[in-house]
Amino acid sequence: MDALRTTGHQAIAAAPLPYRNDFLKEVEAHVEDGEWVKMCMQCGVCAGSCPFGPHWEHPPQEIFMMIRAGKRDDVLTSDAMWMCTSCYNCVVRCPRKLPITQIMHGIASYAQELGLAPKNQPTRDFSIQFWKNCTKTGRVNEMKLTVGLYFKDGLVSGIKQGMSMLPVALGLIKAGRLNPFELFGGHSPKDQKGIAAMLKKARAIEARCAPATH
Amino acid sequence: MAKKEYAFYPGCSSQRKASAANLQTSVAAMCKTLDIKLTDIPDWNCCGASIAYAGGSELERVVINARNFTLAAKHLPGQDIVATCAACWLNARESKEKIDGNPQLLAQANEALKEAELHYQGSAPVRHMVEVLIEDFGYDELKKPVVKSLAEIKFAGYVGCQTNRPFGIAGESFENPMYLDRLVESMGGEALTAYDQKVTCCGGALAFSEPDKSQKQIRDVVEAAYDQGADMLVTPCPLCQANVEVYQSEINRKQGTKFHMPIIYYSQLMTVAYGGSVKEAGLDAHIIQPTKLQQIAAKK
Ligand code: SF4
Ligand code: SF4
Ligand code: SF4
Ligand code: SF4
Repeated sequence: MDALRTTGHQAIAAAPLPYRNDFLKEVEAHVEDGEWVKMCMQCGVCAGSCPFGPHWEHPPQEIFMMIRAGKRDDVLTSDAMWMCTSCYNCVVRCPRKLPITQIMHGIASYAQELGLAPKNQPTRDFSIQFWKNCTKTGRVNEMKLTVGLYFKDGLVSGIKQGMSMLPVALGLIKAGRLNPFELFGGHSPKDQKGIAAMLKKARAIEARCAPATH
Repeated sequence: MAKKEYAFYPGCSSQRKASAANLQTSVAAMCKTLDIKLTDIPDWNCCGASIAYAGGSELERVVINARNFTLAAKHLPGQDIVATCAACWLNARESKEKIDGNPQLLAQANEALKEAELHYQGSAPVRHMVEVLIEDFGYDELKKPVVKSLAEIKFAGYVGCQTNRPFGIAGESFENPMYLDRLVESMGGEALTAYDQKVTCCGGALAFSEPDKSQKQIRDVVEAAYDQGADMLVTPCPLCQANVEVYQSEINRKQGTKFHMPIIYYSQLMTVAYGGSVKEAGLDAHIIQPTKLQQIAAKK
């Protein structure tokens, strides 16, 4: 099964862009919680809330403004949304109660579906790897294969044994060749088949429904 | 018969059991003392965590959580679902709010669940272990089984993000939650209430993908603990614990600092206060040794 999303949205990238003149409408239709964007009153509170603040090309407030200004490419190709740590600082502070975290994830993942997300964006790669690992078990565990010697008993003893390996491991992770999530062991429910069928169905439902809701 | 029973969603913490560092071990010991019975949700699956957003679609992420709720309602009817991992709790609770509040999403989720021969018809609420302790027991009740004094140890309470936002613990503020300090004090430890990085984000999952940016966050968390004269940090969050413990040596290597600040779970200090051994408290699985707490645990 392909853990990556291939819903009806793909067609949007290829087909002439019917939404080009109204990016806000497009976001409302395709981005998770996108219907909230118009509620933003540009107060700027969220812009000062992100832990990786200085590294955001456009803080959330600016992204909402750009969406309304129709700056489709600037938004979707930016790596700003990929700086979100899911800390929920913004969400608890926003006077308009926008689900900002979800919208950031939603825009990032929409950009990813359209193939517009920056290449080699490490968080994008990690996110996809994580989902794959989360939903797909019973395949080769690269982490254990690669550094099995050091990490065979798990994270803590592995690091005790081979502290010098850590920078190397981190390098590999950044390069997308190693999945740190597998350090935690990996669990496998018995009903693998049921889960796979269920997720396949979920994707089919979304493809069928797009772009009606999101 | 146990005093309280819950449907347990182990998530990360049980996975971590394999790696020996252990939230799970200490939670089990703590629950034994408090007469709490945790029964694993049979055949539970991963919740997806926040970071999976680009891999899984909205419906997929809701459905994998709904599968867990359905299994809990089916096999452990009436029992509240309890998670120890902040990310698990948040994702599960968020998914539950979505599915319970949106009939169309519910219908779609059930159409997908049918493939796994399941049908979601509502479930008990999803709660964090800390909520259970504070709301179902309360500080006074938690204090009763204390047999050892932690008075010599100064704890900086690091709550982190996802245990605190967006849901948090009822009655606590987002900017300065006090429950961790109160838990420490209930166990007889010294809580450094002026510790000012208690809700700083450690970078979360981005510690893997954006190490330098995350390590700056972690540096703030650790430095502030030193500034307060802390003996150790205490946290409810498994990812915070791992990030703050694992990356200190990296920060030392790159930035010439001399960090060596232990970080433990609330359940570990509770287990020790309740008379648990080093092993029962999972204190034998640290990279940076919480020596003072280990010594108290080892004392007869
Ligand atoms: S805090 Fe809310 S209202 Fe203010 S700019 Fe951010 S999203 Fe808009
Ligand atoms: S959740 Fe994301 S967008 Fe919100 S403050 Fe944190 S990093 Fe910024
Ligand atoms: S937080 Fe959720 S995703 Fe992560 S391991 Fe725990 S259950 Fe799985
Ligand atoms: S690990 Fe970091 S990001 Fe996650 S909840 Fe803890 S503090 Fe927040």
